[in-house]
Amino acid sequence: MKLPDREPWFEAFGEHGDVVVSSRARLARNLTGFPFVNRASEEQRAEILRLVRSLPLCEHDDWRWLDLADLDRQGRRLLLERHLVSQEFIDHDAPRAVGIGHGERLSVMVNEEDHLRMQALVPGCDLAEAWRLVAALDGRLEQVADLAVHPRWGYLTACPTNIGTAVRFSVMAHLPALRLTNEVERLKRAAIALDVAVRGFYGEGSDSSGEFYQLSNQVTLGMSEVDLLERFSTEIVPRIVSYERMAREMLLDRNRLGLEDKVQRSLGLLRSARLLTAEEAMKNLSRLRLGTVVGLLDDVELGTIHRLFLAVQPAHLLREHPDAMPSPGGSGRDGEDARIREVRASIVRAALR
Amino acid sequence: MNETCDKCDRPAEVHEIDPIQGTAIHLCREHAVQAGFDVPASSPMAGVLSGLGSMQIQVTTERRGPSACPGCGLEFARFRKTGLLGCPQCYDSFAAQLESIIPRSQNGATAHLGHVAHRTSDVADRQALRRSILEELERAVAAEQYERAATLRDRLQTLAADGGDAT
Repeated sequence: MKLPDREPWFEAFGEHGDVVVSSRARLARNLTGFPFVNRASEEQRAEILRLVRSLPLCEHDDWRWLDLADLDRQGRRLLLERHLVSQEFIDHDAPRAVGIGHGERLSVMVNEEDHLRMQALVPGCDLAEAWRLVAALDGRLEQVADLAVHPRWGYLTACPTNIGTAVRFSVMAHLPALRLTNEVERLKRAAIALDVAVRGFYGEGSDSSGEFYQLSNQVTLGMSEVDLLERFSTEIVPRIVSYERMAREMLLDRNRLGLEDKVQRSLGLLRSARLLTAEEAMKNLSRLRLGTVVGLLDDVELGTIHRLFLAVQPAHLLREHPDAMPSPGGSGRDGEDARIREVRASIVRAALR
Repeated sequence: MNETCDKCDRPAEVHEIDPIQGTAIHLCREHAVQAGFDVPASSPMAGVLSGLGSMQIQVTTERRGPSACPGCGLEFARFRKTGLLGCPQCYDSFAAQLESIIPRSQNGATAHLGHVAHRTSDVADRQALRRSILEELERAVAAEQYERAATLRDRLQTLAADGGDAT
């Protein structure tokens, strides 16, 4: 499968860029005349897929559809690593496809939990731009598709926790200092009170690989899209960013040497290791990123670290190094094969030389 | 009770026993909120109870509204278990139950205040037309009637291009 080399969410930094690496706006939509995906027959899901694919959704020339049935395990995993689809989406073989365009900023999953899950993913902290892009896509959709809306509940979704606007704003935040100071649990408790969901690197049900956390609004009903956007960008995000910054400052104030030691050990490990698991690479790259943004490291570019976060993921690694593919019937587990760990270590060493 | 959540591997904190249907549901905090259970956001007793495994047991003894949606056949008990409704009509079929469930997971909100797609009979008609053309196209391709398939594809494109009349 061909995907461009550029990964939009790893490029820009800008305001809050020391903490927030990407911003996303997601809309859930369902068509009238069909049950929701979980109650639809295979034939109905195939018809939904045909119908959606026939719609003129995206004005961008690079728009294309990838049918899940045509993708092998690595191809699916590649989409997940790029945050274009969810784990739930690639785990099932039902008639499903994802539309991708505008340099991967826009994607539409068909037949995930809802008929359409449309997202705009942009680099840095720019929820307004993500919203502008996905709202434009929605505007085109509603011209050509009859959508399930309710006079009282707004847009109807399979799960009532998404109804109303059916919009989810989220940011991918790098919170290594909160992790080091054991404040993540407290953050999670505070998040519940703010109606904010805290999830892992790959969304629902995933862990916080590389100390990245996905933060999103829980409430979708009773506020307009613009008010939800406003609240999330001006109240929630700055609060979380300043919480992480406080933890970083505290670490520097109280134990600068200890932090420097951690960062340099990670750099030493990444520059020397001959075998690296994805988890180990992510953890130590996270320390490098922390060291770089607080000014403890000046010989490693942030862009290099960001590129490595993606390059060490199993599907991206295998795309660049197909020779590292585990043999069928070999150990088989993602990232566990010695050859993959060897290649990962050499990629990292070469980049950090 | 040491059950894990029916939907994930976390320990279940909410248990619903339904003696009428003879079913039991076990859910973690997050999935319980999703399924519309009233779970206190943060209990001051949580720390005290954590050693014992804090739990909440609800016993359902009454049923309001129908037990299944006439639109898709989804049983309400199934929704409780999965957190997913079956079709748009479920929102009306289970209106009595959802009336109290939805605000619990939506910070008390009871109605939509945002954008609404401007639905017109025109768009609905075009969706119906598109579905029937697509169906015919499938049949034409299966029967290897490629000329007819090409004509049908043209009609779909016209439908897409002017957003309207393709007849």
